[in-house]
Amino acid sequence: MTDPSHDQLARVVREHAGQLAVALMRVTGDFAAAEDLVQDAVLAALQHWPADGIPERPDAWLFTVARRRALDGLRRAGNYRAKLAELQWPVQPAGDERLRLIFTCCHPALSRPAQVALTLRVVCGLTTAQIARAFLVHETTIAQRITRAKRKITDAGIPYRVPGDDELAGRLTEVLTVIYLLFNEGYLATGPPPEHDLAEDAQWLASLLHRLMPAEPEVAGLLALIRLHRAREKARFDPGGGLVLLQDQDRSRWDREAIADAIRLLTRAARRQRPGPYQLQAAIVACHAEAGSFGDTDWEQIVLLYDMLLYLAPSPVTRLHRAVAVRYATGPSAAMAELDDLADVLAEYHLYHATRAELLRELGHPDAARTADRRALELTANPAEQAVLQQRLAWT
Amino acid sequence: MKYVLLFVETEQFERDLEAMDQAERDRAYQRVMDWMATHAGQIRGGNKLQSPETATTVRLDRGEPVITDGPFVEGKEVVSGYTEIEVADLDEALRMVRTWPGCPVVEIRPLVEIV
Repeated sequence: MTDPSHDQLARVVREHAGQLAVALMRVTGDFAAAEDLVQDAVLAALQHWPADGIPERPDAWLFTVARRRALDGLRRAGNYRAKLAELQWPVQPAGDERLRLIFTCCHPALSRPAQVALTLRVVCGLTTAQIARAFLVHETTIAQRITRAKRKITDAGIPYRVPGDDELAGRLTEVLTVIYLLFNEGYLATGPPPEHDLAEDAQWLASLLHRLMPAEPEVAGLLALIRLHRAREKARFDPGGGLVLLQDQDRSRWDREAIADAIRLLTRAARRQRPGPYQLQAAIVACHAEAGSFGDTDWEQIVLLYDMLLYLAPSPVTRLHRAVAVRYATGPSAAMAELDDLADVLAEYHLYHATRAELLRELGHPDAARTADRRALELTANPAEQAVLQQRLAWT
Repeated sequence: MKYVLLFVETEQFERDLEAMDQAERDRAYQRVMDWMATHAGQIRGGNKLQSPETATTVRLDRGEPVITDGPFVEGKEVVSGYTEIEVADLDEALRMVRTWPGCPVVEIRPLVEIV
């Protein structure tokens, strides 16, 4: 048997961890206990599988470990013990209950960092150590965050269920925000390839959610958005790991098939006539992804989509992005006028200054442009973005 | 599960209330009474509190008890009342609170269940 790669391990664990949590929830009725057992089983798997290989039935293997741990560890909790002892594999699944799991992990009564950590641990089967490394924080911070969140779920009576129709829209937004945040965290990460690709987890979560809620167009929109970004991932960095700007990317390295797939998904979602911020963002990215060259980009269409997005979700950062589209659709002066309105609210945002620098250069003010680039450089901590700005300052 | 809803008033809320004429104020109180009536099945008691100026705080962690005038936290947001409710879970409590027509902040605090 060949040794499983890290990716294989992560994939198999992710495919089964949530299901295991669901099964254990059904037996124990206790979220915190179920979560602990899943984590134990995942840790055992990561310890044994690299040497022994992935078992034929990873789900049964994980379940057996969790059950044994439960019987050993929960001696005081007589009620679980009796129930667990009766339980035999396979558990009869009553449909995919992971949706409940996701909504509980992303309950609005939990802080955003707690929602993120809990979702990664319970639904995706990441270990505390993996989460800590992915977010560059200390392992004890993540461990405490998870302990506190689980205590709150129990003590504050956060239910384990899919919210009713009257609350679903708001609660779904919460779940989508968590997935989008994970995606950004993974996608914007630079430097050496991380041991665990959060963008991959985000895409997997979005696919799962789409499978479980096929009639929700915003879920499809988010999945399409993630797929459209990832289809162009290979062209985003040069061989030295430097960030390549959209206009300089080698478009032959984009995955055209994946782009076409994502656009089909988005088109189907749009037919439901319930537009939302994720569908619109995906539509904007689709405009870029469909253009054969930077010059072929349909900027008028992009400006229009930004107008719709701003109508649904007003935000100064979105206005900044719209201004960039205006630069190509109308011209740099029009874009500059838009930017001027954002001077106060985006004063601390590096991309505001970087965009301003580009416009100033185009309008023939190189000195002011350099000042703006230097300000942008001061404000970003992202090494890839720093490199782009430093290069620009050196060459212009 | 049992929770206590802590109703919190802000300075702005107080000003708005003062700016109302009597008829408007009556309607505002009526909305609160209606809410209480709608949720009578879940409400297990509670009270409106006198204003924070009437509060007296006693500190017992400094040797001799220290008695001071006023609430234990001086702030722009003050607890002005509480209601104990009994509902299935936090979501049901949230559903109730979402339609609360009174003060602008409500804290939902679960009670320790004594078994």
